[in-house]
Amino acid sequence: MMRSRSRLVMQLQVCLSALALACLPAAPAFAQDAAALLKAPAGATSCSGCHGASGSALPTLSNLTAAQIEDAMTAFSSGTREATLMNRIAKGYSPEETRAIAVWIAAQPAKAGASK
Amino acid sequence: MSGSLTRRSWLGGFAAATLFAPAVLAQAKPRVIVIGGGYGGATCARNLHRLGMAVTLIEENAVYTSCPFSNLVLHGSRDIAAQQFNYDAIAREGVEVVAMRAQGVDGAARRVLLSDGRTLAYDRLVLSPGIDVRFDALPGYDSSAADIMPHAWKAGAQTLLLRKQLEAMPDGGTFVMSVPNNPYRCPPGPYERASLIAHYFKTQKPKSKLIVLDAKDVFSKQRLFLDAWKALYPDILEYVPLASGGKTTEIDAKTKTVITEFGAHKGDVVNVIPPQRAGAIAEVAGATDRSGWCPIDPVTFESKLQPNIHVIGDAAIAGAMPKSAFSANAQAKACAQAIALLTSGQAAREPKLINTCYSLVAPDYGISVAGVYQPGKGILADVPGAGGVSQLNASPGARATEAQYAHDWFNITTAEVFG
Repeated sequence: MMRSRSRLVMQLQVCLSALALACLPAAPAFAQDAAALLKAPAGATSCSGCHGASGSALPTLSNLTAAQIEDAMTAFSSGTREATLMNRIAKGYSPEETRAIAVWIAAQPAKAGASK
Repeated sequence: MSGSLTRRSWLGGFAAATLFAPAVLAQAKPRVIVIGGGYGGATCARNLHRLGMAVTLIEENAVYTSCPFSNLVLHGSRDIAAQQFNYDAIAREGVEVVAMRAQGVDGAARRVLLSDGRTLAYDRLVLSPGIDVRFDALPGYDSSAADIMPHAWKAGAQTLLLRKQLEAMPDGGTFVMSVPNNPYRCPPGPYERASLIAHYFKTQKPKSKLIVLDAKDVFSKQRLFLDAWKALYPDILEYVPLASGGKTTEIDAKTKTVITEFGAHKGDVVNVIPPQRAGAIAEVAGATDRSGWCPIDPVTFESKLQPNIHVIGDAAIAGAMPKSAFSANAQAKACAQAIALLTSGQAAREPKLINTCYSLVAPDYGISVAGVYQPGKGILADVPGAGGVSQLNASPGARATEAQYAHDWFNITTAEVFG
């Protein structure tokens, strides 16, 4: 009796965890996330090491358009915009690479806490 | 889709509830195991999961203690708790976290052996084991000597031990640091440490001295550090490069003495940063070469010695990229993408990677080095024209801004990795 009961509980648990998986509301977002990550152009995923949610002296990128990101990178690279560090980074990318990164970052959904 | 309990979701649920993914599962997700839960491994595990892999993260410590910013713990202005992170958020997201030591890798059978005897199968394995300090490199410096003269190059108990010794040191005492030749974890780390301990002395124990014995003549952000030391700590900090006999040849733990090519330096407190190698599991897996580090393909991070095993972070020979937390985090994301492409039958794309390292010369005085890297001539090479260090002769305001950025980097990166 005890045995069959515990087996029932186990089956129920398996069933519940399967249900939980099948009902995950985040599943479509995950799929989108996966597709975006798979397509990330060279260099694009490094940026989030410093640029995250807002509320920091390091600016968030989540409220910027692709054109704004591209313009900023171009200005850092040419030296028309001053920076402590970004000018050294921006010089490492061609105009095409910069544009691809800007477009990709601007297309990312804002993470929790980011102000988009 | 939601609500319909198909056979596939039943199986999926079962697989998620057990440690083994049955290899017979039709169209099973690629199974990736990540060993090591630091800045590299934890980031890689998360990104692999987001890319649709079935991911297991093997990390024996339930709590991770960050090396970056641990020099502020030595300085006395930061609690070790601010350095510590757990894996709860990563597990909640769907990564299977196994709090156990990986003690074997069978590359031919693609299996990892756990410390409790179980084995886990993988399609791809990522090694991110960080470093091990070498207790066979400096005569006299073994693990028991590290209880007397801490290395504090793996954060945690060693950091707290060194801090306790610094607190107990009387004003007027001598602190000696031994710094190794390249390569080692965090190239500017020893010089940041020397700076912050000099700042502690200047503000709390002004009659004390600090001697840095270095096994090399050239180091990261050198001009910036030397200029700052001259301005801030001229009577406290003495730097002895290789050319002046700075290379440590032997340690005498009994008398707390560092023996160099030209003499002997006895300290009241001694910090020996010994030579290092890739974390032990890398050698067990056959992924290390004679240097003790792991040669990798610069596009995929796959080991040049072991197929289906990728190595990221400090353990890897990453060409021009330094062994830093920022590098490990950037490599982890590129490696996860490469694995996702490879396991779906596509070619990996050439990555472009960034490194940024801030160092604090004083609590409100930050300096940085940055670089951009891409595959070239078989390694991760510097992108010409990019990168470099903070401006010499920058204003105090610019130094304060970089100090603030250092803190922000820590908070943002640790949120991305562990939060």
